[in-house]
Amino acid sequence: MNAEALLYCDTHEWVSVADEDGQQVATVGISAFAVEQLTDLVYMELPSVGATVTGGEEFGEVESVKAVSALYSPVSGTVLEVNEGLPDNLDILNSDPYSAGWIMKVKVEGDLPANLLDYAAYQRQCGESG
Amino acid sequence: MNEAAPSNPAQTALFQWHVEQNARMVDFAGWEMPIQYTSIVEEHQATRNKVTFFDVSHMGRLRFNGDGAGALLDRMLTRSVSDMQVGQVRYSLICNHEGGILDDVLVYHLETPSGTRYFLLVVNASNRSKIIQWIEAQWPDEAAVELCDRTLETSMLAIQGPKALETIEPLLSIQVSGMKYFQAKVTNQMNKPCIVSRTGYTGEDGVELIIRKDQTAHILQNILAAGRKFDISPAGLGARDTLRLESAMPLYGHELNESINPLEAGLGFAVSWQDSQGNDRDFIGRDALADLQAAGLQRQRVGLQLEGRRAAREGYTVLRAGEPIGTVTSGTYSPTLERPISMAYVDLQYAEVGTEVEVDIRGKSVPATICCLPFYKRTG
Repeated sequence: MNAEALLYCDTHEWVSVADEDGQQVATVGISAFAVEQLTDLVYMELPSVGATVTGGEEFGEVESVKAVSALYSPVSGTVLEVNEGLPDNLDILNSDPYSAGWIMKVKVEGDLPANLLDYAAYQRQCGESG
Repeated sequence: MNEAAPSNPAQTALFQWHVEQNARMVDFAGWEMPIQYTSIVEEHQATRNKVTFFDVSHMGRLRFNGDGAGALLDRMLTRSVSDMQVGQVRYSLICNHEGGILDDVLVYHLETPSGTRYFLLVVNASNRSKIIQWIEAQWPDEAAVELCDRTLETSMLAIQGPKALETIEPLLSIQVSGMKYFQAKVTNQMNKPCIVSRTGYTGEDGVELIIRKDQTAHILQNILAAGRKFDISPAGLGARDTLRLESAMPLYGHELNESINPLEAGLGFAVSWQDSQGNDRDFIGRDALADLQAAGLQRQRVGLQLEGRRAAREGYTVLRAGEPIGTVTSGTYSPTLERPISMAYVDLQYAEVGTEVEVDIRGKSVPATICCLPFYKRTG
């Protein structure tokens, strides 16, 4: 996926929404900036398929040598699928965070939150915090 | 903490160098310090396998001059000081009257090239002003002692790893490989005094240098040049933490604080009840520690081994059959062992190696086993 076409949370998750058979399906991951900031990833906790996630709320966690960080869902809805192989191969997040490193797919309910950032706005935020 | 944090953190002589290396800088105990340059795991492995250097200039360096220095420190420290040979370094604790730990320190007995003897105390950055105040408050009127806080006029660099001695030896006028571990010498670097000690906080062999602040950048360049053939690299506080944790070295503010005593911390070796002549020593905290020992300890510092990849981190509760029996004080994923490791305090009855316990990891009870410390010990 093209990083410039994605939307971002200020908590560093990305989301891409596509229409699949009339359903809005969001693919969610974490940004290259987040992966670089975390470094030394050792563990990821995925949500269960069928679980309900809420925009702006925690859906999982990622752990580095140094610390544990929560993952926040950019959208509200039901988890359709998770990237089962990812926790055992977290290196994918370094090489390909926007495609092979996807974390979950969500059947979106309701509208997308208004506070998602486009690529340029997200890059600006990273520039300020990085 | 009753002292206000300074609004501007202090910077070491190498601050600009760290920034140029793209280090991630953090405020640590009032100092702007590098937490990592590339990755904690890479810096950790480089220390275990090759050689790294750490800027540890944030550590407090307190010099005690005068004939009364040994007697004053004998009273302050849990180990005897005045019987130390010149060139000796000792690990010790400073306790309060209740036996709680105010700091853990290294005390050096040194002699300048002109023959003046003195003691040096290396204290934790977070405790430096507290320890200065504590010692000054205990100061007997008649003591012939002068306390000089040398922290801001000097730098401290740690060169650590299996190639550390080979890196540093060509730069010094003394033979470091001939020194024993926990020995120190005052030598000269460009005609300026430089303290070299076979010490460190990584579990690897190595040295620590205390040098004049204005020489730091120059000496660093020499170290980097000498270490190039061993692929020397800088390491930050992140790797320092994972290295010391694998070696089960306690860290003040985590395994040690004022409500923990040396005996339950497993640091009984650093409490000398008697001096080298066999006479009872009189040091602050002695009576309280003797009472605590007589009454029996309540808890003990232990290692925890967990399954899976999630670390039991500081503050997590240790449970037995669902009931709390202790608290984790430090935990991380061990880069050397490739599994999570933690240190914790648990009630004495559960402290035996092999005891099955659980840790509450963010709401999930994860099985854990009490294990031997340290997690890692270097060979050779």
